[in-house]
Amino acid sequence: MNAANIIDPATLEGLAAFGINVLIIIVKIAVVLAVGLLHVAYATYFERKVIGHMQVRLGPMRVGPHGLLQPFADGLKLFFKEDIIPAQADKAMFYLAPVIFMASAMVNLSVIPYSENFVIADINVGLLFIFAIAGIGVYGIFLAGWASNSKYAFIGGLRSSAQVLSYEIAMGLSLVGVMILAGSFNLSDIVRAQQQSVFGMYVIPQFVAFIVFTISAVAETNRTPFDLPEAESELVAGYFTEYSGFRFALFFLGEYIAMFIIASISAVCFLGGWTLPWYVLKILPFLEYVPGIVWYLIKVYAFIFFYYWIRATVPRYRYDQLMKIGWKILIPIALANIVVTGFVKLIL
Amino acid sequence: MIQKEAERIFETRELNVNMGPQHPATHGVLRLVLDIDGETIVKVTPYVGYLHRGIEKLGENLSYFQALPLTDRMDYVSAMSNNIGYCVAVEKLFGIDPPMRAKFIRTIVGEMSRIANHLLWLATHALDIGAMTVFLYCFREREWILDLFEMICGARLTVTYPRVGGVRNDVPQAFLDSLWKFTEEFPSRILEYETLIDQNRIWLQRTVGIGVISAEEAVNWGMTGPTLRGSGVPYDVRKHMPYDAYDQVEFDVPIGTAGDTYDRYRCRMLEMRQSNSIIRQCIEKLPPGPVMADDPKFVLPPKDKMLPITQPTDMAYFIIEKACKGCGMCLRACPAKAISGEKKKAHKIDQSQCLQCSTCFTTCKFKALTVVPGGKGLSDEKLAELAVAPDKLPDDIKEAQQNLTRQFDFIKKGPKVPEGEIYVATEVPKGELGFYFVSDGSGKPYRMRVRAPSFVHAGCLPRLCVGHLVADVIAAIGTIDIVLGECDR
Amino acid sequence: MAVTQVRLTFAPSGLAPLAIAEKIREAFPDQVVEVVEFRDQVSVIVKKGQIVAILRYLHDDPFLSFDHLQDLTAVDYAKKKDVRFEVVYSLYSIKYRHRIRIRAQVPENDPKIDSVVPIWAGANWHERECYDMFGITFTGHPDLRRILMPEDWEGYPLRKDYPLKGPDFEHDWPGFTDMVKRSRELREFEWEG
Repeated sequence: MNAANIIDPATLEGLAAFGINVLIIIVKIAVVLAVGLLHVAYATYFERKVIGHMQVRLGPMRVGPHGLLQPFADGLKLFFKEDIIPAQADKAMFYLAPVIFMASAMVNLSVIPYSENFVIADINVGLLFIFAIAGIGVYGIFLAGWASNSKYAFIGGLRSSAQVLSYEIAMGLSLVGVMILAGSFNLSDIVRAQQQSVFGMYVIPQFVAFIVFTISAVAETNRTPFDLPEAESELVAGYFTEYSGFRFALFFLGEYIAMFIIASISAVCFLGGWTLPWYVLKILPFLEYVPGIVWYLIKVYAFIFFYYWIRATVPRYRYDQLMKIGWKILIPIALANIVVTGFVKLIL
Repeated sequence: MIQKEAERIFETRELNVNMGPQHPATHGVLRLVLDIDGETIVKVTPYVGYLHRGIEKLGENLSYFQALPLTDRMDYVSAMSNNIGYCVAVEKLFGIDPPMRAKFIRTIVGEMSRIANHLLWLATHALDIGAMTVFLYCFREREWILDLFEMICGARLTVTYPRVGGVRNDVPQAFLDSLWKFTEEFPSRILEYETLIDQNRIWLQRTVGIGVISAEEAVNWGMTGPTLRGSGVPYDVRKHMPYDAYDQVEFDVPIGTAGDTYDRYRCRMLEMRQSNSIIRQCIEKLPPGPVMADDPKFVLPPKDKMLPITQPTDMAYFIIEKACKGCGMCLRACPAKAISGEKKKAHKIDQSQCLQCSTCFTTCKFKALTVVPGGKGLSDEKLAELAVAPDKLPDDIKEAQQNLTRQFDFIKKGPKVPEGEIYVATEVPKGELGFYFVSDGSGKPYRMRVRAPSFVHAGCLPRLCVGHLVADVIAAIGTIDIVLGECDR
Repeated sequence: MAVTQVRLTFAPSGLAPLAIAEKIREAFPDQVVEVVEFRDQVSVIVKKGQIVAILRYLHDDPFLSFDHLQDLTAVDYAKKKDVRFEVVYSLYSIKYRHRIRIRAQVPENDPKIDSVVPIWAGANWHERECYDMFGITFTGHPDLRRILMPEDWEGYPLRKDYPLKGPDFEHDWPGFTDMVKRSRELREFEWEG
């Protein structure tokens, strides 16, 4: 008697299929992770170059041609730096905080539809999942601020958690309009719904929501003009003041991945993800042959470029002003938008 | 009841935050101890002195000419203005008047320094509030000014270009041309900065109504310069007690009304435009003539009329045997050890080792040492033939020798200054820089006191900050424009 | 918010400094010791007893109105004058554009003088500096601490009997010895310690 006789051939086939599926998912994860990390590396390079040219200077030029290898040099440097932990720090929390922050950012990469059928986990509550996980990321920030045993980090952590939590509300509310229009939480479905809609992109009917989303997205990722948690002129570096070396790098990575995620949500929910509006295709039909991922990346990077542009232009808000904008302006607007969208949807 | 109980159990205290002395926004080594309640400032205690170098004490032990380079180390951001302040004060004490051209050149470099200072102020102030691009734009123009400074005196930061009695050297034409080009371009550059922040809503929200101080209170706190004028007090030393060529040019003084951070910012922006116009007027009116006062009692002799410089290559120093008493003074003084000889016998200079530094020449009291023009490379016998007693030397060499003695004397001991005391203020970019000298008749000040605007302004910080938020402390530090080198002296 | 530009005139106005000195002499006849003039600047040497009253008069009098305290410092006249210290107040009136200098005599055996912080808030740090550098105590000062020197410093650096080079750090200032000791302890953590 051999093994083949015991197991039912159908089961075997099922197992093989399962194995292949797992393998495909693993390969997908590997690809997304590798590309994600490489993206972060070059997002920093891109940022420095863009801002550099906006500020009449060149940006990195020394490492490699046009400084192209600069991200690797930075990574190496951070990797070999001494790992400093403050004397009175809560060590366990201090170790844990960057991991939580980084991991929660990375997990979100799994539900983003990069292209037609290229998504690691095509779950039905994609949008909710992203918000839930982003909420966990706040723990990373807060723990980092608390565990460092530094007043700067503490204030930075407090500011940051307050800011991220309040702007998450505005951001979530601004996306409700999209959900009403698409009738789904699934990100891929949202893209398909946009493709079939009259406007081709939700940015046109949900213009107000898009503005609210963009502003709260900047605040959510702690970027200028809402970079108070890490306002270097006040709090040195905010919640990661006491971090150095690779732990600092984890925060850094997490932040850039969070930026990528937010840009992705904006691309998927408002700009049509990997698709182009039908009227564009009607005018320029040859664009149909361009792979969807290209459109997706163009949209994401346009959004990230917008981030950089803002950073090079405007000063920083004060803490109370920031909260005022969030609670007194953005949230009411987003709520009004939901009501209007709901009524319109009912009438049509 | 419950609340009272809770208050009893949970005592709330202010958070005590130590800002500085190593902090990105404290402009040097200012240390502020903040007591904050949430984000609101309850109390601010500034600590200064981390950069204290005892410049006042040093000044009392140096002659008036030696202490000049110390002044660039005070406000190193606008060193030129500090030099001018010192020179104007010392000139007033000596009772000398620099020539017109020197006055105009000083006015030019003083206003350049004002622009350079305000550019650095705007750059850091904007960076502190978060506008990063303004920082780099400002540095672009500041570099230009520093390069121009390098053109006239070889130094960019610690210049020591103005001297007691004038300026060190005349300005080259290329400098004036380049500066003219700068003044033509600069107004458009100011517009560039203003495009970024002047009407920016965030900038307005961060500066309007922050750090408000009324006119009476600002005067009472001793504020000066743009910090005072932002509150609407028309006090400008250049107008109230004109020095240099400020009474020859036309300029306006910008006055604010609200006395907040934004008005002080506007005052400085307008002041840069006024400085630009002053520079243009000065270049247009720049009179010809010498750049150094000619007053042998108080002013250092010109460098090109001193002994080793006259004919540096072909001179030889020679000891006249008959006149030499063998006292050994020159032997001990010679830095190259080129002089040999026993006591009470005539000494000799080894011409191959002589550096022609003229030290022996000035030390000899018996008129035994002399200079032989064109004597380099000649044998001792030939030199003995050519040598004449020092009092029979040609006039130009005699004058050069006297100049050299005067130079040594003035630098080491200082000139004979009349007894008295004097307080002279000048308008440096940060405010009123005052020098108070007490002279006891010797060549060194008996007491040198520096009234540094940064010191006074740093003292006002608690007044400006309390009741605002943490982020406004940064705006307040920026708006009073302090440099700790000057504050601590 | 509105910033305007004004064209100030150069013309000096106000009272002649000697006239101001006369007014002070009239108001406080027994306080004025001497009036000195040098290069158009006039100093009024006064006794320290009523210094606050004199300065209050100068500040409040509507025709004098010395609102701007340009400078406050001290001078150590060790062995030169009978009274060792003089506290110097340089006053200026922004309104009338006139100036005067008041010098208050402070004897060595009683180095105390009343604080003028109630008149000019800006005198606060100047008086602290005088205390730090000369050891003159300003009675009534709200917060009289050392300002430029370390808080545990001994001696008053700007006094004439204080050596230029200062004390021997290793023996005289505990702050320095502590630092040296600590740096020796930490040396074991250096690469080639």
